[in-house]
Amino acid sequence: MKKTLIFGAMAAAGLAAGAVSAGTMDDVKARGTLKCGSNEGLAGFAAPDANGVWNGFDVSLCRAIAAAVLGDPQAVEFVPLTSQTRFTALAAGEVDVLIRNSTWTYSRDTDLKLDFKGVNYYDGQGFMVQKSLGVSSAKELDGATVCIQTGTTTELNLADFFRVNNISYEPVPVATNAEGQQQYLAGACDVYTTDISGLAATRATFENPGDHVILPEVVSKEPLGPVVRHGDNEWGDIVGWTLNLLIAAEELGITSANVAELAAAPTANPEVNRILGTEGELGAMMGLDKDWAVRVISAVGNYGEVFERNIGEATPVGLARGLNAQWTNGGLLYAPPFR
Amino acid sequence: MSETHAQTVGFVRGQMLPPAPPPVGQSGPIRWIRENLVSNWFNAILTVVSLFVIWWLLSSILPWTLNGIWNAGSLAECREIRDARGLESAACWAVINERWLQMLFGFYPIDARLLATLFYSEQLAAAGGVEAIFGAGADSTARIEFVAQMRADLGNTIVFFFGYWRPLLALALLVVAVAPVLYGNLPRKMLWFSLVYLFVAFFLLWGGSVWLPILTAAGFAASFFLARAVSALSGALLGLLAGILFFLLFFFDPLGLVGLDLGLFPVLPHLRAVLDAAVPLGLSFIPSDDFGGFMLAIIIGTSGIVLSLPLGIALALGRQSDMFIINKSSIIFIEVIRGVPLIVWLFTASLLLNYFLPPGTTFDLLLRVIIMVTLFASAYLAEVIRGGLAALPKGQYEAADSLGLDYWKAMRLIILPQALKISIPGIVNTFIGLFKDTTLVVFIGLRDPLGLTNAIRATGEWNGIYWELYIFVGLLFFIFCFFMSRYSLYLERKLQTDRR
Repeated sequence: MKKTLIFGAMAAAGLAAGAVSAGTMDDVKARGTLKCGSNEGLAGFAAPDANGVWNGFDVSLCRAIAAAVLGDPQAVEFVPLTSQTRFTALAAGEVDVLIRNSTWTYSRDTDLKLDFKGVNYYDGQGFMVQKSLGVSSAKELDGATVCIQTGTTTELNLADFFRVNNISYEPVPVATNAEGQQQYLAGACDVYTTDISGLAATRATFENPGDHVILPEVVSKEPLGPVVRHGDNEWGDIVGWTLNLLIAAEELGITSANVAELAAAPTANPEVNRILGTEGELGAMMGLDKDWAVRVISAVGNYGEVFERNIGEATPVGLARGLNAQWTNGGLLYAPPFR
Repeated sequence: MSETHAQTVGFVRGQMLPPAPPPVGQSGPIRWIRENLVSNWFNAILTVVSLFVIWWLLSSILPWTLNGIWNAGSLAECREIRDARGLESAACWAVINERWLQMLFGFYPIDARLLATLFYSEQLAAAGGVEAIFGAGADSTARIEFVAQMRADLGNTIVFFFGYWRPLLALALLVVAVAPVLYGNLPRKMLWFSLVYLFVAFFLLWGGSVWLPILTAAGFAASFFLARAVSALSGALLGLLAGILFFLLFFFDPLGLVGLDLGLFPVLPHLRAVLDAAVPLGLSFIPSDDFGGFMLAIIIGTSGIVLSLPLGIALALGRQSDMFIINKSSIIFIEVIRGVPLIVWLFTASLLLNYFLPPGTTFDLLLRVIIMVTLFASAYLAEVIRGGLAALPKGQYEAADSLGLDYWKAMRLIILPQALKISIPGIVNTFIGLFKDTTLVVFIGLRDPLGLTNAIRATGEWNGIYWELYIFVGLLFFIFCFFMSRYSLYLERKLQTDRR
């Protein structure tokens, strides 16, 4: 009886908290800054420079949303969230949007009452081994010791993969990515496994990155994307379509360099015109002005620019586009039409 | 008998020998070595083994530390320099050199406008003057680029002293404020400043309108003096009630709870609006989210320490009290708070409180954490102080009673001075623990020094660096904790009145 009372009170409080956030866009505009739930620090995705300015792949999406809504890509407050606190903080209204390399899963989307508004990075779990082992496929890893972060989905994926392929392994549990790196380098395990982007970032920090190879197998699907609360569809549209804008801009050849020129007068391509507001009133349908896309692209660039600047092959993280290429190039990026 | 004696002594020296120094083996370092290091063969072996272990440790740590590289832009660059110098291992202190301001202050914004006008005026003029860069309608991306260039040109030391003058001034004044509390030989009038300091520190650190802290302080003072004046006129109880009523009406809206909305209460925001309109004074407001680094540890630690001591004393007295409700509620409070790990309380503060607060209230996370840490430390302190109270002989209580002192006077003049003196080591122990526990806030997403090491490691330049950052954080904490422990020793020696 008492328990039900308490849960009832909690549910009521939760509902009330949900109700107040119905107008996230108004809240953001009144506050003048976007509260973006971000990582405490993840190479290539979110990291502060010496002046305390945040940069990274996820950070750029936050800045893009701020540029769309507030007109200022710097008007973002980055709220560092751990993997334990991120969804609760979003549900409690402490952040407006969560862009913290969070995997889109069924239970998070439904049970946690959150909305994933698209995928900004297709990741997957992989394996890294020393080159001297002479292994070229994860299926040859029979009997290997594997450094694995405990309590993550990667742990479960690992067990599945080895069981399906009928080979054995010996887990070496580690608590954090930092510990995993150290254990792997010290030779406590033959294999280190985590998301491929994480493996690439980790390998880039080694003294001799060439001595280590990332095996070709990808054993899980990890679509990472921006998350908002259930129940505020206007705000969800803005987050989702800002991401779609970045992707579509790359497909249509709109870059931060040429956006001003393209937006100056209507071009031959009607979709470019609709996006950049020289034709139609697409911005107004989301409650924004017609220049929103111009601001976003001139602030952060299109998806390809964001990718190359933060995690692309020229950066220390050095990721290839792979699954994250446009659908026209054999990747999975496919923005719905702006119409 | 005396005759025998006379015959056996052939010679008696007529004068004293001049004093001679002790033999070489019986004094100075040689004797010390003989007694302490090689007093027998077993100790001699132990000495040799210990010396070897010390040498072995130092020979691997010292070259790494002292050969450290201080000037490099990234870990890879550090490694290149190390290889170029032909060193086997070398610390990459360059990360500290580049990021120490961030480790100390987190993302607390620097006073870029002041820095630019003082040291960078030519470039500022070239960029279009103060308004073009720092004005309301200025382009924020251009401003960030300008500030980054300025910081790079000026160097970290100037930025430290002038960019962060607000937290530094707050820290300097903190030293002034706690000095009369810590050292009894300073003038007692300085204690007034210690009280005022709370508001000064709030204003310096958070900024905003100057009238908020002034009015808050005035509200406290007015409630106090009103209570005094009324109790002088018509009795202590009425005075207390008048003070509380004024306090409630000034800061809260008690009539609103019963549905009476006069629009007049609380008084504070109305007064503030009037004063802000008349004399707009203040510093730029800095939200708690920007606080971080070692500054955060000091803010949480000192507020926790200052606030938990009175609360702990009150709880200890409450637990000793004969009054049923006070006694039981103190016991429940202490046992509940102490029986649950601090990290659970911190998670409660950061996650659960928001569900229970009325919708729309945003209750500052830093404030929530300070409250939780204070409550946690006060429960421990209460038990430490209760130990001190229990150690006093019963005769002291009876002596106080027989002098005709009332409860509060007895406690203030006789019991507590002795009990607190006994508890000093335990109290300082709790304080040191509290100060170090502030690093736990990293788990609820505050940017404490350890959290910042993660953030720094996430940058492309410094990914893969561990020891240097952790050593720096450890050193900062050690300095503070060591000071506290030394102060506790000083206090114990000073108050050692009974064993003179």
